[in-house]
Amino acid sequence: MTLTHDSTTSQQSRLEQLCPPTPRAGLIDDFAQREIRRAILTAIAIPGYQVPFGSREMPVARGWGSGGLQITLALAQSHDVIKVIDQGDDEGVNAVNLRRLICETTGATETSEPAEATLIQSRHRIPEDELRQDQILILQVPVPEPLRGVERDMRELARMHAEADYSKMWVSLYEDKVRNGVITRTTGYPCLVNGRYVIATTPIPRWDVPRLHQAPFLTLFGAGREKRIYAVPPRTDVEPLTFTDVPFEVESTPGARCHRCRSEDSFLVEIPGPQSQWICSDTDWCRRERLSKEAQI
Amino acid sequence: MTSHSPMERAPWVLKVENLGKVFGPMDSDVLAETGPEIGTSKSSRTGTVVAAWDVNFEVAAGEALGVIGESGSGKSTVMRAIAGDHEASHGAVWLRTRKGDVVNVAAIPDSARRALRVDELAVVYQDAAEGLDLGVTAGGNVADRLTAAGWRNFAEIRHRAAHLLGRTEVPLERMDDIVRQFSGGMRQRVQLAKALANNPPIVLFDEPTTGLDASVAAGVLDLIRDLLTELGIAAVVVSHDFSVIEMLTTRCIVMHHGRVVEEGLTDQLLEDPLHPYSQRLVAAART
Ligand SMILES: Nc1ncnc2c1ncn2[C@@H]1O[C@H](COP(=O)(O)OP(=O)(O)OP(=O)(O)O)[C@@H](O)[C@H]1O
Ligand SMILES: [Mg+2]
Ligand SMILES: [Zn+2]
Repeated sequence: MTLTHDSTTSQQSRLEQLCPPTPRAGLIDDFAQREIRRAILTAIAIPGYQVPFGSREMPVARGWGSGGLQITLALAQSHDVIKVIDQGDDEGVNAVNLRRLICETTGATETSEPAEATLIQSRHRIPEDELRQDQILILQVPVPEPLRGVERDMRELARMHAEADYSKMWVSLYEDKVRNGVITRTTGYPCLVNGRYVIATTPIPRWDVPRLHQAPFLTLFGAGREKRIYAVPPRTDVEPLTFTDVPFEVESTPGARCHRCRSEDSFLVEIPGPQSQWICSDTDWCRRERLSKEAQI
Repeated sequence: MTSHSPMERAPWVLKVENLGKVFGPMDSDVLAETGPEIGTSKSSRTGTVVAAWDVNFEVAAGEALGVIGESGSGKSTVMRAIAGDHEASHGAVWLRTRKGDVVNVAAIPDSARRALRVDELAVVYQDAAEGLDLGVTAGGNVADRLTAAGWRNFAEIRHRAAHLLGRTEVPLERMDDIVRQFSGGMRQRVQLAKALANNPPIVLFDEPTTGLDASVAAGVLDLIRDLLTELGIAAVVVSHDFSVIEMLTTRCIVMHHGRVVEEGLTDQLLEDPLHPYSQRLVAAART
């Protein structure tokens, strides 16, 4: 085929459609964007598999969301709507800084309403609201390797994943239960994804783990320091590793309610103080819950 | 090689055929430059060590074969080649699985070999640190093999681990103690429990009691002998100690500088060794 001037132009415009030259203020160039997108596609194709990527220096310290940030920057376009939460809070210093950075460099708009967001970057939580299939959840991951606690040798770790040899993980759960009577592991609970790879669900609490199972939305995990991306695609099995006779349990404090919205069925965190007080960890959800309860009165 | 008359035996579950393991460059002359006649397993020309060569034997269910020889004669090399801890340079290691398949352990991928190590073939090492995770409890070490075989019920795992540790005479109150805190004899008992976790038809023992106090060693040997009879295991017992071979095995091979110099029934061989090297070994053991 000979390339006429016309077909070159149309190819050019198709390329621009696929990968628009959005200004990124030197944060992430086209090459980096393509590399991260490829890593994301690989991660989606092999659910739970940790895909290495060439993590870039970001204007946040590695381990402070640089992995999640790179994913968001590689995906976000000017028509996107971005929600960023840190520990469930849209107004945390980190969340505010990250959100501002993302919107300034990509031209996307910001929101705190989960329903409006197209991309949700989070540390520590999945929003309480049910997310939809057209939304993407991006989790900032400090420690992507679920077997880190039981094996340090990198080659052995790679072998264990390749052969789905997770007996050391099971032994650590066995020992946890023997020593403590229950499985005490809290955040980063190990889960088997799509019946094949074990992932660390770091940094979300156990409370959020069942919500990954067969979720309608795509979840991407980004670890900047460890240079890994992994994914739970929509409608994928996510099973917490536990013994058949030891049910997986989420955090709960009997009788505890949110001090602000009176909710009993959201993930609550204790606020430090003389008497025990609990509040919703998802601040935006709590705010809307309060409003709707006030409206009912 | 001299040989006692062969006996009618049950069909083999482990068959080692022309097994060889060489460290260093191999060429056509290295074999002639090593062996008992030359008095070394190391070629003076190339520095190549022919650690084992031309090793052949079969082991049936319920039978224990001994491998004896002095230090450096190639016993552990043979055992490690069977277990797949290192790759054989030559020959085949046939294993009849419980399903009845016959596989050459020396010619399958590492992952397949590791799968066989879960419930077809277990190894008890001289150094417990090789067979156990010393930072894990006795029960946890057994749980490792059970979970590898797909056990997922905590109560059942616990029950099975307790049963096995009981059978290998580890006091139950020590089940939840870290193995590093255990004495040498106790570690070997935990290693036995772990090796037996999934009822493997084949168990290899490499100097299972070497380094233990005589009285402790005697107890562990008694236990191994009882277990072998009780469980109908096909066993290979490697030792430089004739009393161990005598106690545990019915047949044995004698290795010298990487080659088999004699094979036969253990009691006959002890009474009437044919090869001069075996004669020396037996004489040394009797004094
Ligand atoms: N990794 C290796 N590289 C080079 N030579 C080796 C290696 N492993 C073993 N050898 C050599 O192979 C020969 C046989 O060693 P092997 O460990 O099989 O002896 P052994 O009969 O088990 O002795 P011991 O009674 O001391 O355990 C020895 O000469 C040893 O030095
Ligand atoms: Mg040895
Ligand atoms: Zn609330």
